[in-house]
Amino acid sequence: MRFDTVIIGGGLSGLVCGIKLQKVGKKCCIVSAGQSALHFSSGAFDILDRLPDGTSVRHPLEGMRHLPSTHPYSRIGQDRMKEYVSATTGFFADCGVPLCGNPLVNSYRLSPTGDFCPAWLSLSDFFLIDEPAVDPGARILIVNIFGYLDFNPAFIAAGLEKSGATCRIIAVKLDEMERLRSNPSEMRATNIAKVLDKDYVRSELVSAVSKELKGESAIIFPAVFGLESDSVISEIRNSFDTKVHFATTMPPSVPGIRTQRKLRKHFESIGGTYLLGDTVDRAELSDDNTVLSVGTVNFGDLKLTADDYVLATGSFFSKGLCASPEKITEPVFGLDVDYVADRKNWYDTDLFATQNYISFGVSVTDDFQAVKDGRPIRNLHAIGSVLGGYNALQEGSGAGTAIMTAFRVADIIIEKEEKR
Amino acid sequence: MNVQTNNVSENNFEQCIKCTICTVYCPVVPVNPLYPGPKQAGPDGERLRLKKGVFFDEALKYCLNCKRCEVVCPSGVRVGDIIQSARLKYSKHKPSIRDMILASTDLVGSTATKMAPIVNPVVSSKPAKALMDGILKIDHRRTFPAYASETFEHWFRKKAAPLQSAFAKQVGYFHGCYVNYNYPKLGQDFVKIMNAVGYGVSLVDKEKCCGVALISNGMKKTAKKHAAHNTAAIAGLLGRCEAVLSTSSTCTLTIRDEYPHLLGTDNSAIRDGVLLAVKFLYSLVDRGEIRLVFRKDFSMTAAYHAPCHLEKLGWSIFSIGLLKMIPGLKLTVLDSNCCGIAGTYGFKKENYEVSQSIGQPLFEQIRSLSPDVVATDCETCKWQIEMSTGFKVMNPVSILAEALDVEATVEENKKAGR
Repeated sequence: MRFDTVIIGGGLSGLVCGIKLQKVGKKCCIVSAGQSALHFSSGAFDILDRLPDGTSVRHPLEGMRHLPSTHPYSRIGQDRMKEYVSATTGFFADCGVPLCGNPLVNSYRLSPTGDFCPAWLSLSDFFLIDEPAVDPGARILIVNIFGYLDFNPAFIAAGLEKSGATCRIIAVKLDEMERLRSNPSEMRATNIAKVLDKDYVRSELVSAVSKELKGESAIIFPAVFGLESDSVISEIRNSFDTKVHFATTMPPSVPGIRTQRKLRKHFESIGGTYLLGDTVDRAELSDDNTVLSVGTVNFGDLKLTADDYVLATGSFFSKGLCASPEKITEPVFGLDVDYVADRKNWYDTDLFATQNYISFGVSVTDDFQAVKDGRPIRNLHAIGSVLGGYNALQEGSGAGTAIMTAFRVADIIIEKEEKR
Repeated sequence: MNVQTNNVSENNFEQCIKCTICTVYCPVVPVNPLYPGPKQAGPDGERLRLKKGVFFDEALKYCLNCKRCEVVCPSGVRVGDIIQSARLKYSKHKPSIRDMILASTDLVGSTATKMAPIVNPVVSSKPAKALMDGILKIDHRRTFPAYASETFEHWFRKKAAPLQSAFAKQVGYFHGCYVNYNYPKLGQDFVKIMNAVGYGVSLVDKEKCCGVALISNGMKKTAKKHAAHNTAAIAGLLGRCEAVLSTSSTCTLTIRDEYPHLLGTDNSAIRDGVLLAVKFLYSLVDRGEIRLVFRKDFSMTAAYHAPCHLEKLGWSIFSIGLLKMIPGLKLTVLDSNCCGIAGTYGFKKENYEVSQSIGQPLFEQIRSLSPDVVATDCETCKWQIEMSTGFKVMNPVSILAEALDVEATVEENKKAGR
């Protein structure tokens, strides 16, 4: 089966790259082995919260100047990074995913444990603030759904009260939700959202909360609204005279799943092919290091062929990288992987210290061409968290790298075509 | 080292990292709180069951075996297989007479087709439905599929078989119970297309039901007998055919994957040779080995529903791809939703409400589109959608056959020396 580009991996990076290519008329196929990390999304995107030495970053584009030359942002370069950073909000808006935040300055988001963490851009469900504190005079009502354990209002209240705000916590009991409660292990964000997607349940909730309001200046709900559509979000906001905010829950993430669905739907609506639940398990390379075709588990002897291939398989969690006691490998193409040889230096026994294994990834050129046996593969580029040279967790740069490298590689593939 | 041997699972539950993505996509969880959900019923429960079978929960019977959990799992855990294996291994529930009737598609089908003119009106009559509901607990609101008066096999032997040896290239056909007893027309459409593109068709020797209904009703022993017979018969056929094709997504999945995973039947010699007809046809077109020519006067609007088991196979792209080749067809691909019937599941009185609530989003989307036909590759999806929406449902193979310009296709494939 013939495409212009085959993208292996259907998470944030793969989808952004696919959409950008499909938009200019490139016929793309995304092969995705299961659902992606967007299902655990905090709802915010980070681009660069901290430098490798721990210095916190206010202006991401400034901060990037201090990164090593092998960092994906350094490979993209200042000028292009500036262009991509400014283009992100518009790109997602076109996909039906509204984002908030100033792309040039980091803000703060409210974490599920009540802390204010740095963030770059955020899904519009959530609020971003310039400083890690709220108005000390604020009076906030925190609403939970009775029996829902993946959202802890007491943590959030404690966090907000640090800035002097006054919080009150209530848990609303809803008839329809009680049915769900008979199965406590399934009392999860997405199942609650499916119940709250029903108009009559939502209006029951709104009237219950309205009765409880005692002059509070803001209401905080867990982000369990709008699995299918974000119109539910604005509807809830408009139901109260008071300001309404949503706070991240423990996974699964309702806003993250909605985003994944919207991106996939957008990709398909502009002609892209998305194969879910299939795994690329082999590749055919020519002697001069060009990918000729890839094969999948489900397709059997029917090969996928393309001019260009993009590896967006993610890190260890999604098996983009595989670790054994001796070595770290990339399973689809057997690419070279950059990692430190001595296993003792892969990790730190202090869980909260910087973990080196997170910065391991496939070897690439400055143009993100993947490298195998020391030689770049002409038509294979790697993007997102399968890349090395950055520590997404320590730096707070996971989503940013996914999006920026996807933009860059899409441009490289488009430019290649123009040269031909 | 003290190794706990009881911790070794036949299925790969150890790969589960508890991410809960499976529960997000389970169609049963939102509508039936009695079901513990795929993560709990699957990998979590398996850990306990391996210690001691007493931890088995009969509520696992609410699993539809739709395999959506497996399609979305980022760790490749065979969640559905774990649940179905546990049911087969630990359930104390003996199949009722109702379950046996629903599962014995071969026996019931062969009897019913002989008496179709009597059986069809009786089964659809109100008193019979009330009786079946009261005694057998087969829900009275359910419409039973009509039986054909002549089986597909009978038709094939009489009308088609003598012509097949004229073709240089050959494929086998696993028709399944539905084509044989309920809807021989689909089998006839399949033969028509294959012959038009230059392939002769042979049937599987003494084909038995693939066994899916036996598996889901806990009748493992009979299912294993069917699997052994079919595996050997298909192997024989593959000796002289390029592939053995089916027009049912569920038969295909059962033979390819459920035989080894749930029944322990070694099918490695035949697995890759058993394909859905649409995949085989699409591959031939893709490789330029055949050409399909369609009627210029054909016009239809269709909404395509991908059956759960086809999504698991990952092959809906081939049905969609073939349908898109028809110039006169306006196709909309429906959102990925389960129709709720899941084979014999939805026929059972205790599952009727759940079954219909699961299908609701799909039914609503079909009604809003109001297509000429709904296209889908699964016979039980067809029954469910026809009963619940009133829209006519066709297998993509039948749509292709209807749209095909047979003479021009024969001519084109001969001319090109294909």
